[in-house]
Formats: sequence, structure tokens, C-alpha cells
Amino acid sequence: MACFLISAAEALVVTAVAQGVKHHEKKREENLGHTAERLNSEKTYPWSRRLMLLAYLLWGGVVLLAFEHVWHGEVVPWFPFLTAMGDPNDKAEMLHEMATVGVTMACLVTAVWGVIMATASAILKRPEKEPVPEAA
Amino acid sequence: MTLLICVFAAVICTYKWYTMKDNSLCLAPLCFMYWGASLMWLVDAIFEYAELQAEYFTPAAEDMLNDAFLGLSVVALGLIIWVIILLVKDPRGTVKNALAKKSK
Repeated sequence: MACFLISAAEALVVTAVAQGVKHHEKKREENLGHTAERLNSEKTYPWSRRLMLLAYLLWGGVVLLAFEHVWHGEVVPWFPFLTAMGDPNDKAEMLHEMATVGVTMACLVTAVWGVIMATASAILKRPEKEPVPEAA
Repeated sequence: MTLLICVFAAVICTYKWYTMKDNSLCLAPLCFMYWGASLMWLVDAIFEYAELQAEYFTPAAEDMLNDAFLGLSVVALGLIIWVIILLVKDPRGTVKNALAKKSK
């Protein structure tokens, strides 16, 4: 009914945090100059990009799920935008769905993102492969 | 059906992204969109399965057709958003070149 709203709220928070972290990283980079620490940090995957990846996953899902809800007539372009808001029984059902399905959706996407980040860290730690010579 | 179509779209986009030599097609946003939606629909499917049990796997033909139509529409919407991102970012400079040619 409106399960995607939980993920939308998470996406909003993650995007704001990612912007803040990006600003902080930029400042830090300016202060470091061309030191060894900077060269070292360039080899790692910055947290702002990691968080933006989560935000993209969430926003992407939210946009397509919102479309599905419009398709099923659960979201309408006029106030209060959710058809379930009109009836108290539907409203209770909607809140229950948000608390169960919505929260699970947000948790699953975050968990998958966690696995992707762990894998990305492992890939970055691998020794670099020699380029494969192209066949003549 | 919607989940299935979305997963196929996500896998194809990810394969295309991995095999591309450069990032000139901005495929990453499309991958994120389809994977995000697939994960969310997976949760939806699990909850629906918990409610309907075996009946979940034998949907009515009309429902399946509607779901397939929705899945294709979702893929189309994702592609439209991707085309907009591609044209705005213009990584190959094609739009800029076309505009520059017109203004000459």
C-alpha cells in the first residue's frame, strides 16, 4: 500500500549523510595535499561513494515501486496521495504493511549493500592483475 | 512476473555494464534502479508467499498478464529515466556536438 515510503525515508537520510561525508572528505583532501596519506586514500573506496551506492539502490527501487503503486491505484496525484488514508481500516492495514513489508525491504537492501561493500573491500585488497596482451 | 522481468532486466544491464570498456553509457544508474526494485519486490513476493502458500505459484492468467504488462512498463520507465540521465550527463559529448553544429 505504501511500503516504499520506508525505503524513501531511508534514501533521503542516506543521501543527506553521503553529501555531508563528501563535503568532509573534500575538505580533508584539500588539507592533505600530495602527502603519502593522500596517495594511500586514493586506493580505497571513499565512504561518500559507498553511501551514494546505497542511496541509488534505494531511490531506484522507490521510483519503480512508486510506479507500481500508481498502477494499482494505491497512490494518486491528489491529496492525501494515498488512497488508504481515506478509510481508517485501510489506514491501519497500510501502517501494518509499512511496519512489516516496508521495514524488511529497507533492511534487505541495506544488508545487500553491506555484502557488496564487503566484497568491494576484498576486491580492492587483491593484488593487481597483469594486463592480458591482446591477440594479434 | 513483475519480479522476474525486473530481475532479468537487472542481470542484462549488469552484464552490459561489466563488459563495457568505458563508462560512456552511464549504465550504473540503470543497474541500481533494477536491482533496488528487484530486492524490494522479492520481499513483497516472500510476504505474499507466506500468506498464499502454494497458491502463490498458480496465479490466474489475467493476473499474470497484468503483472507481465506492469513488469514491462517498469522496465520501460527505467529505460526512460536512464536515457534522460545519459542525455543530461552526455559522457561522449554527442549532445554538445549536435547543439554546437546547429548553432553554427
